Amino acid sequence: MSSASPFERLSPPADTVTFTFEGETIAAAAGDTLAAALLAAGAGPLRRTPATGAPRGPWCMMGACYDCLVEVDGASVQACMTPVRKGMAVRRLDRVAGRHRG
Amino acid sequence: MADADLVVIGAGPAGTAAARTAADAGARVIVLDEQPAAGGQIYRAVGQTTEALAAILGPDYRAGRDLVAALDHTNIRHLPGATVWRVDPDGTVCVSVAGRGRKLAGRRLLLATGALERPVPIPGWTLPGVMTAGAAQILLKTAAMVPRATVLAGSGPLLYLLAQQLVRAGRPPLALVETRLPSAWRAAWRHGPGAFRGWRTLARGAGMLAAIRRAGIPRYRGATGLAVEGAAQAEALRFTAGGREHRIPCRTVLLHQGVVPNIQITGALRLPHLWDAAQRCFRPVVDEWGGTALEMVFVAGDGAGIAGAGAAALAGRIAALQAVHGLGLIDAGARDAAAAPLRRALARERAARPLLDALYPPSPEVLRPDDATIVCRCEEVTAGEIRALAGLGCLGPNQLKAFSRAGMGPCQGRYCGLTVTELLAEATGRPPGEVGYYRLRTPLKPVTLGELADLAPPEVRA
Repeated sequence: MSSASPFERLSPPADTVTFTFEGETIAAAAGDTLAAALLAAGAGPLRRTPATGAPRGPWCMMGACYDCLVEVDGASVQACMTPVRKGMAVRRLDRVAGRHRG
Repeated sequence: MADADLVVIGAGPAGTAAARTAADAGARVIVLDEQPAAGGQIYRAVGQTTEALAAILGPDYRAGRDLVAALDHTNIRHLPGATVWRVDPDGTVCVSVAGRGRKLAGRRLLLATGALERPVPIPGWTLPGVMTAGAAQILLKTAAMVPRATVLAGSGPLLYLLAQQLVRAGRPPLALVETRLPSAWRAAWRHGPGAFRGWRTLARGAGMLAAIRRAGIPRYRGATGLAVEGAAQAEALRFTAGGREHRIPCRTVLLHQGVVPNIQITGALRLPHLWDAAQRCFRPVVDEWGGTALEMVFVAGDGAGIAGAGAAALAGRIAALQAVHGLGLIDAGARDAAAAPLRRALARERAARPLLDALYPPSPEVLRPDDATIVCRCEEVTAGEIRALAGLGCLGPNQLKAFSRAGMGPCQGRYCGLTVTELLAEATGRPPGEVGYYRLRTPLKPVTLGELADLAPPEVRA
């Protein structure tokens, strides 16, 4: 990905699952949430805010702040509450429309 | 007909302990929890952890295994991945599991929804790479991930614990930047004798500080003017300490200013809340059993006031005893006999709390941030906009919400509510308890129309 990861894994994952973010293939550890996998991959901002287009990433990692919203299959989901599934197509939530979803 | 004698919301220390106590007394219990596994945030993923990771996280984390294992009981149904979005005073709970909505009814409800990190509004706190200290712990617990080139900043023992864990992981932070003034010790000193009864807590803290010192992590105290620099992500933390300006280039900044009760459900139920001046937050009014103004609703754990995991488990057991007594499963004598040792242990657990509160107060800068700082992350409303509206005569958080959209985003005020209360209190010269908090409403988390439609009776759906 464009920027190196702000996080590192203490050991390489035993099982990996691949999915795509903005069309690029990412290898996640089996059992990762999307937020953990995207942070580990250095995927950069997960969304831009509807109000000013400011970049955002995970803040709370516990489903409370909604700053890690991403688009999966046309719906916005919380990356920190969504387990990675093989072949998932994930997109940055860049649209101004606020189609929020828990 | 009720689905359970007791519905517990939250599978952290309070919820799991309460569920087991009630189940042991013969109650049928349903435990609803949003995460994939029990343990709450403090014992997140404790049932799946490896020995190597448990060694990094420390013995207190490992102790959570017993709590999680206690849910394994024939009378307990644990529903993970369950997001509660409505609770009614009659005990009905609306919840979504795997995208499907459903209704559950309990004869008694125990709200054990724990704590949230206190909002930390400083310039740059919305940048990617800036996270709560708790978020970093969750990444460590669930994914064995550690932050690179990180600075820990703020106030509170969790920063020391996280620093110690990162040292054990072989990835010490670049620095520990504390907003606490050295004079906090003077204010805290009067709590000394009482706190001595909580010596275990204090000994743990001393151990953490020793680990930080041995690792040679630079520690800055009395830091002010904290700001995160960066264009698209965090690049440096700026602050003033010891009369000098500092700038630490980094990749991640982990902020913490203590935790506050999660009052989303108790607020939506319109239960009475009070302003806790020591912890600078609202908490629901509960009696010595965790009982509330609604006979069937109990609150236990950090959601009733911050006291930590040990106290939460004890309070959960005490509330469960009263709940099963109310259901006629145990008599008053058995309830009181079982509660007595729990109460003594709870008093010990709580003993160190006033000292901790006095030692690690939230920084005034995050309680009442500068005008340019974003307060509402969702709608990007600044402290200056809130002060300006207060100057125009806006009196309360709900009017402010309508004027500014602060608190109207998807987080529903979880990370701006207390700041708005503090700013309005400052601007109007009224105490925060009088200013009040946002009116909390259903749905407590965003839901789809489909999840709502799932609740319709079959004849309507057909």
